[in-house]
Amino acid sequence: MKNLAKRIYIILILIFMYAPIVTLIVLSFNASKSRAKWGGFTLRWYRSLFQNQDILNALWTTLSVALLASLFATFIGTISCIAIQGMKRRNRAILMGITNIPMLNAEIVTGISLMLLFIVLKITPGFFTILLAHITFNIPYVILSIMPRMKQLNPHTYEAALDLGATHLYAFFRVVFPDLLPGILSGFLMAFTMSLDDFIITYFTKGPGIDTLSTKIYTEVKKGIKPEMYALSSIIFIAVLLLLLLVNRTPKENKA
Amino acid sequence: MKKWIAFTLCAILTSTVLTGCGADKYPNGKVYVFNWGEYIDTETLKMFEDETGIEVIYDEYDTNETMYPKIEAGASNYDVICPSDYMIQKLVENDLLAELNWDNLPNAKANIGAQYYEQSQAFDPGNKYSVPYCWGTVGILYNTSMVDEPVTSWSILWDEKYADNILMQDSVRDLFMVGLKMLGYSMNSTNAAELQEAKELLIEQKPLVQAYVIDQVRDKMIGNEAALGVIYSGEAIYTQRENPDLAYAIPEEGTNVWIDSWCVPKNAENKENAEKFIDFMCRGDIALMNFEYITYSTPNEAARALIEDEDIKNSEIAFPDLSQYSNLETFSYLGDEADTLYNELWKEIKSN
Repeated sequence: MKNLAKRIYIILILIFMYAPIVTLIVLSFNASKSRAKWGGFTLRWYRSLFQNQDILNALWTTLSVALLASLFATFIGTISCIAIQGMKRRNRAILMGITNIPMLNAEIVTGISLMLLFIVLKITPGFFTILLAHITFNIPYVILSIMPRMKQLNPHTYEAALDLGATHLYAFFRVVFPDLLPGILSGFLMAFTMSLDDFIITYFTKGPGIDTLSTKIYTEVKKGIKPEMYALSSIIFIAVLLLLLLVNRTPKENKA
Repeated sequence: MKKWIAFTLCAILTSTVLTGCGADKYPNGKVYVFNWGEYIDTETLKMFEDETGIEVIYDEYDTNETMYPKIEAGASNYDVICPSDYMIQKLVENDLLAELNWDNLPNAKANIGAQYYEQSQAFDPGNKYSVPYCWGTVGILYNTSMVDEPVTSWSILWDEKYADNILMQDSVRDLFMVGLKMLGYSMNSTNAAELQEAKELLIEQKPLVQAYVIDQVRDKMIGNEAALGVIYSGEAIYTQRENPDLAYAIPEEGTNVWIDSWCVPKNAENKENAEKFIDFMCRGDIALMNFEYITYSTPNEAARALIEDEDIKNSEIAFPDLSQYSNLETFSYLGDEADTLYNELWKEIKSN
């Protein structure tokens, strides 16, 4: 009895989480443009998706911005964490406060202020400004996910490595880095997803003629989202699902 | 080590993205266009590039309100934008638009109907700044299998027979337009007493309304989920194609006639190219392509003459004879104070 209730509960939760995505996937095969009418099964939207250069460009921009921004942010975030850890308690508190502000701040404030900054510095908006903006708002998330790991570190292992003749760099990569790695990876993933679906900041920092998927989709609001977007979203969802299944299947080695 | 590999890869990737294609293909410079999403047949852009040798850098926005700060800040110097009526007025008032040189716009002069220029006077006195691109009305879309009587008045939206079968627009000005028109006032009213009256009327209607929505009106009406909905005329043609039971009516009390027009921002760097672009868009065949793609009414008489489908050409929805209706108005920008008043009253309706 209790088991049954548990099962129903979990099924309900899954339905709540996945019903919208299933709807989207079903609609991507709908021959009618309207969600209210089933016009028969079609692969038309998938075909026209791969012929639509605008959408493919947007996809490419989105992925390259997300990848580059999260890589840079992870690098900067990691070295900042090391520096913050080495600070005195008071300075550390102040700096952590400063890095937390952008996360709590409304995105539109970040977006508009970045736009104004770029104007003042006379940087023409384009791919580069989007990238800079994304790196900027990703850094706090990276720091947030590495800092707890950093605090758990035993500082004496690093000192011991130095005592045994390791150089600073060697000791860092052999002793500290492996322990930080899970935090760095989750920071990287967090940054990647944050920049993948950001709209507001991208909108204000992008230049003419360049679009990410989110800005592209938002502009379609007035006339209704094109079914090609359903098709693309379905493909992305399936790709992520397969990736996760693969990652979970591979037996874990304790390489760390 | 791995990190360095990653970084070199990044550097290569960035540099390939940043170095764009050469400029040889386009000897006559560029034009930066900022338009609504999905508001052009992109084929026409390619035709423009081929014919003029001007490269089009095309960008899109989703609302007038998100477009405005970008123009105001001048981050990217757009050469052509396509704001709606009240936004044009706001741009003019803040001195953000450049005056057009009509000598460079022969197609615009010849092809755009005189009545649309007249309508534009409401927000652009003297037609100095804007060339109409798309226009339409706001009216009632109804399902003839659920509504038997003829729809002629906004008052049908207060009929208890249709309780829970009515869809209203979920935006301040569009909602108040219905209330104000119903009472016989101007939809640009800033008179507190009139607005109060409209608010009370709309609160009275609230129990009958199924939902306050924007773009869902389309899908809900197609899916027979409601009997009556307030909608923009451009959407009406599309919904009718999907569901032949639907019909569209402009209420006799008058309604909103909206116009989206091409304008050139003051800080445009390629004003001549911008005018070439605007004039190209006013050519009959080009305007026709765009009309067929967008399905919003075109003010272009030459394009209308080229429409082959007689039903569309003489469609009362796409091309209503505006002289038949009284009290047609265009939204104007009311200023910050009035905006606040509208928003407060709107909140009262929503929370009631």
